[in-house]
Amino acid sequence: MKRFFLSLLFFAGLLLLWEAVVRMHIWSPVLLPAPIKVVEYLKSAAADGTLWQAIVVTLKRLLLGYAIGLIGGVPLGLLTARWNVLHDTIGTLALGLQTLPSVCWVPLALLWFGQSEAAMLFVVVMGTLWSVVIATDTGVRHVPPIYRRAALTMGSKNLHIWLRVILPAALPFIVSGMKQGWAFAWRSLMAAEIFVTILSGFGLGQLLHYGRELNAMDQVIAIMFVIVLIGLLADKTFFAPVERFLHRRWGTSQEAA
Amino acid sequence: MYVTRTFELPPSASSSVREELQFLPPSKLTVESVSKTFKTRTGPVQALDKVSLQVGEGEFVCLVGASGCGKSTLLNIIAGLEKPDSGTVTADGLRVLEPGRERLVMFQESALFPWLDVLGNVLFGLKMKPHLSNKDRKQVARYYLELVGLTRFERSNIHELSGGMKQRVALARALAPNPRMLLMDEPFAALDALTREQLYGDLQQIWESRRKTIIFVTHNVREAACLGDRVLLFSPHPGRIREEFLIKLPRQRDINSTALAEYASRIMASLKGFKENNGEVAE
Ligand SMILES: Nc1ncnc2c1ncn2[C@@H]1O[C@H](COP(=O)(O)OP(=O)(O)O)[C@@H](O)[C@H]1O
Ligand SMILES: [Mg+2]
Repeated sequence: MKRFFLSLLFFAGLLLLWEAVVRMHIWSPVLLPAPIKVVEYLKSAAADGTLWQAIVVTLKRLLLGYAIGLIGGVPLGLLTARWNVLHDTIGTLALGLQTLPSVCWVPLALLWFGQSEAAMLFVVVMGTLWSVVIATDTGVRHVPPIYRRAALTMGSKNLHIWLRVILPAALPFIVSGMKQGWAFAWRSLMAAEIFVTILSGFGLGQLLHYGRELNAMDQVIAIMFVIVLIGLLADKTFFAPVERFLHRRWGTSQEAA
Repeated sequence: MYVTRTFELPPSASSSVREELQFLPPSKLTVESVSKTFKTRTGPVQALDKVSLQVGEGEFVCLVGASGCGKSTLLNIIAGLEKPDSGTVTADGLRVLEPGRERLVMFQESALFPWLDVLGNVLFGLKMKPHLSNKDRKQVARYYLELVGLTRFERSNIHELSGGMKQRVALARALAPNPRMLLMDEPFAALDALTREQLYGDLQQIWESRRKTIIFVTHNVREAACLGDRVLLFSPHPGRIREEFLIKLPRQRDINSTALAEYASRIMASLKGFKENNGEVAE
């Protein structure tokens, strides 16, 4: 509780500082609008529905692409860990492509798929997939062989071992790969949305882009704020609880309370 | 932490639980001239050279020898985790070709699964028994947790347990699928002396109450004399069984008794006699 109030105080302080800087008139209000202007923009965008629409469009692209990346990435990582042939081929390819900043997929996606939802999806999938493949592969390779041997003597075999022993044993690695994949996917989707207008839906990135075109700084800051909020929310509602569980089970927590 | 154990079934136990906890006849094992050579970067290492041994039903046999003389290799071959280059292992008249839950292994490190809690670990082997309901499985698992004195810790995470408790959970997990033979590879080597002493008592008690055949690997001659009906001595490079001691002491044996110390020093003397290399053996 004390920690909650402390962080509340911190953000309230940040807001006050912002307001103070605005009132000192160092920068023109076009470059640095007052906090209230940003709130006003958010209110109006929420009222006429543009904000919700943009959030829905963006999240749909993100979640769908992310899910495809996970569903493809985890099994692919298991396969590259299982067979050295696949590790040396697909694994190396994954490693190479993962070092590619995921924004770099945008031009290729546009040429291949045109200005379409498919292009957006492709960028998100590419951002997610390779991180997950590599994390799964690494995780499996770090599983102590003794777990497998213990499971074998208890009558576990083949697929059962993979699902009930190797996959859970590799979970800490896989989750950190999922987290990295999420970050990459989120970034690359924003880049793609800022780059290209797709008529099938205006996402948050597009709102940001038009904010710049219109010199509407309140809009730019407001959308940035929303993007940050979504990122935080994903972390707090999904990744943090999963990581807490893993830390508690594995005994790797550094946290005192 | 001495716990008084009750070995009775819980009164609420269903018939399938009772059946699951029934005593199965302990295994009989024959190892016939098993050899095994490992290829290493520095050349081939012959871990076992024509090793033969017989273990009777319900017998407690200890394998003793310096580290590196092939004890673990032999145990893994008996478990079916590794294949011998030549020779055969037969358990109850059947060739051992792969691991199976009639012969469960307990390793030096507990090998417990950190993603499961204590109960989940003990349940792991039971999950592969399709005729049991989940409720039955839990009851069986709890029976074995009670046997090793850890009922109160069933919801604990593995990392929260002490070394001794971990090995107790590992023992419960190995016992739970009701194997007919237990293969133990230096299970207490990493524990402190006090904890070890308690576990010697517990293991003897469990061996008598659950009637298993046990093959127990150790490099500690006192431990071997305390636990074994029979102690087999290994010599290194290549690994061979060189001598056999029958320990004719009444159970429960106390690791600190003088009669036991006498056996231990005789075993030790023999081991030193055929020490070729720099083996370490603890007295
Ligand atoms: N997987 C392996 N690869 C190569 N050499 C091995 C392997 N396992 C065991 N060895 C060698 O075989 C010999 C016997 O090992 P081990 O059975 O572990 O001995 P012990 O359990 O008696 O200490 C040792 O010299 C060891 O180095
Ligand atoms: Mg060994």
